[in-house]
Amino acid sequence: MRDKVLIGYGQGFWGDSILGPVRLVREGPLDYLALDYLAEVTMSIMQKLKGRNPKAGYATDFVKMLERTLPDIHKKGIKVVANAGGVNPQACLDAVLELARKQGIKGLKVGVIEGDDILARLPELQKGGHMLANMDDGRPLSAVQDKLLSANVYIGAFAVAECLAQGAQIVIGGRLTDPALVAGPMIHEFGWSPTDYDKLAAGTMAGHIAECGAQCTGGNYTGWREVKDFVRIGYPIIEASPDGTFVVTKHDGTGGLVSRNTVVSQLLYEMGDPKRYLGPDCTADFTSAQIEEVGKDRVRLSGIKGGPATETYKVSLSYENGYKAVSQLTVSGPDAIAKAKLCADIVWGRLAFDGCTFEEHEKIVELVGAGVCHAGINESSNPPEVVLRLGVKCQDEKKVDRFGMEVVPLVTSGPPGVTGFAGGRAKATDIVGYWPALLDKKQVQTRVRVEVS
Amino acid sequence: MAKQKLGTFAFARSGDKGDGSNVGIFVTNAEDYTILKRELTVARVKEHFKAICKGEITRYEAPNMLALNFLLRDSLGGGGSESLKTDAQGKTHGLALLEMEVER
Repeated sequence: MRDKVLIGYGQGFWGDSILGPVRLVREGPLDYLALDYLAEVTMSIMQKLKGRNPKAGYATDFVKMLERTLPDIHKKGIKVVANAGGVNPQACLDAVLELARKQGIKGLKVGVIEGDDILARLPELQKGGHMLANMDDGRPLSAVQDKLLSANVYIGAFAVAECLAQGAQIVIGGRLTDPALVAGPMIHEFGWSPTDYDKLAAGTMAGHIAECGAQCTGGNYTGWREVKDFVRIGYPIIEASPDGTFVVTKHDGTGGLVSRNTVVSQLLYEMGDPKRYLGPDCTADFTSAQIEEVGKDRVRLSGIKGGPATETYKVSLSYENGYKAVSQLTVSGPDAIAKAKLCADIVWGRLAFDGCTFEEHEKIVELVGAGVCHAGINESSNPPEVVLRLGVKCQDEKKVDRFGMEVVPLVTSGPPGVTGFAGGRAKATDIVGYWPALLDKKQVQTRVRVEVS
Repeated sequence: MAKQKLGTFAFARSGDKGDGSNVGIFVTNAEDYTILKRELTVARVKEHFKAICKGEITRYEAPNMLALNFLLRDSLGGGGSESLKTDAQGKTHGLALLEMEVER
């Protein structure tokens, strides 16, 4: 058993910079590269793509990233763990093997984890009494049954460890939890068991710290003036030990900052009850960790306590929930606020004149620059200009498109100083509703398979 | 004791939780943590966010991080994908809390 394993986290979310993984692979030692490519709405987009093309429905960014990094990954023996499979892990595996063939890389072992996608199984599950009620408001799934787009179970770290145990150098999953991408390699390397709750909690906590990439190495830190060289910000590396202690760090010579403050900032991100962080493998007590700076850009966590996981998996479902459009114009001073408010009234008035009205909760007016993000807390009464941002949402696509046509005309038929209309007419786009639910763990079996180039 | 903005001695991070947001705030020494726990009552935080948060607020303590965590329900104008707001994920709510003035 190795006494130390280096796990880098190169993608914090769908759309993160490709420089994260490219530089982690090149700029210092690394054993594992973990990458997150999914968000709640991405699964629904991927289901739509797969519906049109059976070879689509995974994160193509992952394959583009490997085009640049696979030779180094292969040469250095770095293992890759990613949830890039989306709703079609097999197609993602095929694309990676094809890339390996193109690059002349032989013997590359690529594994997939399947079983998280339960969209096709929903009728059978519901018949069996698994109602998948909405966790937030208790509504039964039947309320949105005919509008469902995707349904995925959050799979934990043991499936990742199993895929690694079968020899995969590249592990491709669907809806794996973000922390599982870090905890999985630890379980594999250190032989942790399903009842090693404290260690699993440590792996989960390490994963939570790293899962947003540079958000623990100086990104989005309110003490941002302390952070050096944002341009070359280093992505996080978890230096893991068999006893469950770990150090958060980054490669020498990279930009950014790893300190108690940047690590605690990220521990608090999207946090609920810090004593009970729920995951598929364990419950972690974030208040049990000792957090100490042990060197430049090195923060050590130890003493972490955990307990058994719940009997249920979290399920993320998505459904069609109407349409929305947002349009914006710039309104200059003098009297920017008064003129922007008048502009909004004109738009709603003209739409009503044409028989198109929206409920209060279906529309929004924001005067960006006058205090939108911190409404009621920090506002400006006389800014030199504002961006007028108007939006609507409803079930009727035609009404939403009608709204989009009535904003630009303000340039010539409203108060003076209206400009910045370069975007043209706003068109209706789909709203994807998010439906969180719970499912009995006995109903879910993951499958792991490894293929070789 | 004088009025001072939280942002002069505390740090914060926020993000979305369903149709609400969480705001984590922490300090760097025990004395300031006592101040944080004393000043940041649920009632005061609710008053501070009254134009943003339409629902209940819950407070959690994490003494090992010298941190408090607040859950703000109904603070995003609908859930993440449904919201029309600029800050549909509550990314800036942490900085909004740092604007609060407290006795220190």
